[in-house]
Amino acid sequence: MSSPFALDIEKLRFGYGRQDIVNLSKLQLQRDRSLAVIGPSGCGKTTFLHLLAGLIRPTAGTVKVLDQDLSALSDGQLDRFRGQRIGLVFQRFHLLPALTVMENVLLAQRLARVTKDSARIDMLFERLGITELARHKPYMLSQGQAQRVAIARALVHGPELVMADEPTSALDDRRATQALDLLHDSAKAIGASLLVVTHDQRVRGRLDQEFDMGTPQ
Amino acid sequence: MTWLRLSLANLTLSPVTSAVNVILMALGTASIVLVLLAATQLSETLTRDARGIDLVLGAQGSPVQLVLSSVYHADIPPGNIPLAEAERWAEDARVRVAIPLSLGDSFFGFRIVGTTPSYAEIYAAELSEGTFWQQPMQAVIGSAVATTTNLRSGAQFAGVHGLGDSGHSHEATPYTVTGVLQPTGTVLDRLILTSLDSVWDLHSHDDQTPRDEGLRSAVSAEAEREPGDAPTDQRGDNTQDHEHDHDHADDQDHSYDHAHEHSDDGANDDHDHEHHQGDDDAAPGHHNGDGNKDDQEQGDEHAHDHADHDHAKREITAMLIRYQSPLAAMTLPRDVNADGTLQAAAPAMEISRILRLVGVGVDGLRAFSAILILTAALSVFAALYSSLRARRSDLAMLRCLGATRWELLICLLLEGLLLSAMGIALGFAVGHGAIEMLGNWLEATRGVSLTGWTWIAAETYLLFGLLCVSIIAAAIPAYQAYRTDVARTLAEDR
Repeated sequence: MSSPFALDIEKLRFGYGRQDIVNLSKLQLQRDRSLAVIGPSGCGKTTFLHLLAGLIRPTAGTVKVLDQDLSALSDGQLDRFRGQRIGLVFQRFHLLPALTVMENVLLAQRLARVTKDSARIDMLFERLGITELARHKPYMLSQGQAQRVAIARALVHGPELVMADEPTSALDDRRATQALDLLHDSAKAIGASLLVVTHDQRVRGRLDQEFDMGTPQ
Repeated sequence: MTWLRLSLANLTLSPVTSAVNVILMALGTASIVLVLLAATQLSETLTRDARGIDLVLGAQGSPVQLVLSSVYHADIPPGNIPLAEAERWAEDARVRVAIPLSLGDSFFGFRIVGTTPSYAEIYAAELSEGTFWQQPMQAVIGSAVATTTNLRSGAQFAGVHGLGDSGHSHEATPYTVTGVLQPTGTVLDRLILTSLDSVWDLHSHDDQTPRDEGLRSAVSAEAEREPGDAPTDQRGDNTQDHEHDHDHADDQDHSYDHAHEHSDDGANDDHDHEHHQGDDDAAPGHHNGDGNKDDQEQGDEHAHDHADHDHAKREITAMLIRYQSPLAAMTLPRDVNADGTLQAAAPAMEISRILRLVGVGVDGLRAFSAILILTAALSVFAALYSSLRARRSDLAMLRCLGATRWELLICLLLEGLLLSAMGIALGFAVGHGAIEMLGNWLEATRGVSLTGWTWIAAETYLLFGLLCVSIIAAAIPAYQAYRTDVARTLAEDR
């Protein structure tokens, strides 16, 4: 019987030395729901996201992602878990400059160890309005186009949880709204849960759940 | 989308840097391939050409020069030796085969060698067409000679003194090609073989001709004759000899006379053929070089005496010896040299001496090439390392997408290997191409055969070594990629 939670965090602590950067007693996110983790810069939001993505290991506590206790996985298993079941979108997108838009997306599918699914790619490209950009290199894209490509890359392998780090911070109101809607709708379209980590107060009230990380420590 | 594709794509991000690395690696590889191929083929050629020749008897002087001139036909001979003296050693019980050589003339730069058919047997040469010579002024040509000059059986050609085209030409006494040898891959391919009598006869006709670069070595007894001696003609025609005792100033006229008399005197021609047939049938190393049969048929006893006298005075350039048993190597060269008249030189020993001398240069070139390769490897390392620093966030993103540490390591190793492999492949192609071009030039100008259409065992080791060097050059950047701290990199790159 699988857990109804996409995220199930308990007594999570992470820090350097005696100083905790993340200290969280309990947080849960139901599957197919969206969560905004909001807090000012330096409060540990990104570190929190890295903990959930298995990029770093907590000092203490339990992190269950998609019913998987991350502490039970080796580094290699964590890499595969992340590649297959999680989609990540970063503020600076990090599209690989040597590859075209299509190759960037295909690479994500390959690293997720799933069979190449052209129909899924076509559907995503159409939904995100980037079909015409398939052969473009990242340097040829506008910021909005690059963000849509980054979202396509995060969704192409059918992840169960999508995590976005500051997806709206550098955007004006109209574009921030568009970006958030795009993320939300795209995740919903593939049945994935969504976690957005941001200091952008404009996100408040737009997702299913909110969690305030509080003041910087 | 594969790691290979990603690595290739990454290399295109800095095309100039990548191109410089490829060129550097190509230069290092090409130079070491060039040295390897040249040294190996030179060594093989030297060994192959000397196979079956245990000892060379020749005039005193440099043993290397004697071997180079008589075995490889790549130098001027140190001088002539009396045929009788050479034959004395040829009859030694320790000698199994003895083959006389008389050098001096050439055609289109190909040496004309007066010898016996046994000489071709050393190289297991077989005729591709025609027969071996049956009489003087007939010749069998090597495959390279045939290819270059387009001579075929039945064709005629005139030799010139020495190895250049500027020497005195024997236009009046042309050779007739009777056969063409199959390619042997040895020095034989570039030689024109004829009977000893051809050389002796030819030079008996123009004994006044100045020695051309010391190469006019097959000096007949007539050429050595004192002014007061009665001339001896192998055809028994003393007046003929007088007609060919010419000055260079009137070469042309004499040549004309000579040709004229040969063509008009059919009886003499037939007579000549019989005589030389007898000569050529003589056992190798026991060439009697006599004109006795000729003289007896003429009933000219006086001429007979002169023929014996001629034989005693006849000279050859060298005598190639094959031992009866390996034990002869212990004593025969020592005995010949102790005798004081001739010089004995062992090709195997002289080859190793030559290769030792050449080896110093080869080692120097190898060291230089190794430095070039090391430079290229360092350049690959620098290129990867600097690109790694610029691409840290890309590598971190790859980890976020599910790439393992090992996959990042392989990606960087692949990039280094691709850069090096392109340079190595280009280097091998350039090295082989350069050797092929060098070989063509050397073949045409020096008679040395080198080819780029070959792969030697050392190249396999070189390839393996170069790939190892490439992996080592890429190893540190690859390890850095392996150790990428994803969270920290992404945090720093926000």
